[in-house]
Amino acid sequence: MNLQEKPVLKIQNLTVRYGDGCPECQNSLEKNRCSKCGTVWAANEVSLEVYPGEVLGIVGESGSGKSTLMKSLYFDFEPTSGSAYLQDYKNGEKNIWEASAAERRMIRNNLMGMVYQNPILGLRMDYSSASNIAEKIISAGSRNAGQMTERAKELLKAVEILTSRMGEAPKNFSGGMQQRVQISKALANNPSLLLLDEVTTGLDLSVQAKVLDLIRKIKAQYGISILLVSHDLAVIRMLADRTIVMLDGRIVESGLTDQVLEDPQHAYTQQLVHSLL
Amino acid sequence: MEILKIENLGKTFYLHDPEKIIHSCQNISFTLNQGEFIGIVGLSGAGKSTILKCIHRSYLPTEGNIYYESEAFGRINLATVSEREILYLRKYEIGYVSQFLNVMPRTTARQHVMNALLEMGVDAAQAKEEAEQMLSYFRLSENLWDVYPNTFSGGERLRLNLAAAMVRKPRFMLLDEPTASLDNKTKILVKDMLKKLKEKKTSMLGIFHDLEFMDGVCDRVYNISEGSFQ
Repeated sequence: MNLQEKPVLKIQNLTVRYGDGCPECQNSLEKNRCSKCGTVWAANEVSLEVYPGEVLGIVGESGSGKSTLMKSLYFDFEPTSGSAYLQDYKNGEKNIWEASAAERRMIRNNLMGMVYQNPILGLRMDYSSASNIAEKIISAGSRNAGQMTERAKELLKAVEILTSRMGEAPKNFSGGMQQRVQISKALANNPSLLLLDEVTTGLDLSVQAKVLDLIRKIKAQYGISILLVSHDLAVIRMLADRTIVMLDGRIVESGLTDQVLEDPQHAYTQQLVHSLL
Repeated sequence: MEILKIENLGKTFYLHDPEKIIHSCQNISFTLNQGEFIGIVGLSGAGKSTILKCIHRSYLPTEGNIYYESEAFGRINLATVSEREILYLRKYEIGYVSQFLNVMPRTTARQHVMNALLEMGVDAAQAKEEAEQMLSYFRLSENLWDVYPNTFSGGERLRLNLAAAMVRKPRFMLLDEPTASLDNKTKILVKDMLKKLKEKKTSMLGIFHDLEFMDGVCDRVYNISEGSFQ
């Protein structure tokens, strides 16, 4: 751990707004909706940094802006304003949201990996698992079929999917297996940042444990930085070094994960922690 | 050499719902020298764990300073240093042991201790060797090494916690009621192990319930009552 290292990702003042906004917006918000003009502020001046090898947890209720943040980073949404810098893109000196379409494809394919809560968004369900991984590798420019097959085998083995099943389509797999194929696809081009959006939600406990263990191994083996969105505080406690808490599109609290969970400062975080079963 | 100097430490909890202010500890001041072992005793709710958690930064101190002599950063105030520095110190310099087990699901005892080293960048073969040495040192039976620890007894859990913390060779250990709920035989074993750590010049600050346990292992003992040292 080198404290002089620059952040892998730095987001400054990310705002995603649905509606034109009005001069009264910021003072007239009811939750994240302006009572004067009806504009919804899905993300409101969100800033954060993720350091090399770090897992940054993001918690918050549904509609708090967690997935908006992730999808903006992965270019699924176009932010209204704000900037994001990746250390691996132009030495962290150019805002990725000002990148050209070709550069965006390169960032998405080579520098980041995304795992969605719903595997349908991240996988081609009718293609084989190996083809899903190959698609990601081809997007990064490789055309060597032998190398792609070897890489697919290596990655599927790492996520504990039998290589004898690499020819099968994910639609035939269980939810936990689909999530693991998604993770292997996200890792295909050795990204420096992995975006995990509610990856354990909806999985049964034993499968959840397997996915958690896999994420821990990925962190240890690949030294990859992870942005981990979850509403499950146990998952956050297990994996995240630091945690931010979002409410109504804003960050209301951030800190060391154990501090946020044991000594929460904000009223919402206290309510969240006290709601734990 | 002073490794820790606490000046007027205070912690107040502000609860939003119900609106309430709880003063947990106040005006706590003491110093800990390298290789020294200080014990803190007091009734439940007296503020003992709060002091340890403020030093570990699981709690945010409300008042005062916690100066720590770090190998990496020199003299720093744990009450105010950055989260990144705290994460570094927890990994390389400061260990924390409690009676509670906090392991990843489906992780064996051996893997749990190995993980502590893997996170520091130690290679797998060396991590395995050192983890096994540490498990032996803390006398955790070898046939438990490949078992998931959620089935362990209190004494076994504690020994695993000690092994996972000590494998990183911290220079400063925080012991949060590690002997609570242990039988006398296990307590004697733990006491013997803490003596060994002391021989290795590990500085320690521990919370214990019984004075008898601390006899012969702690250099100094503070009694805390209603959030203040008596």
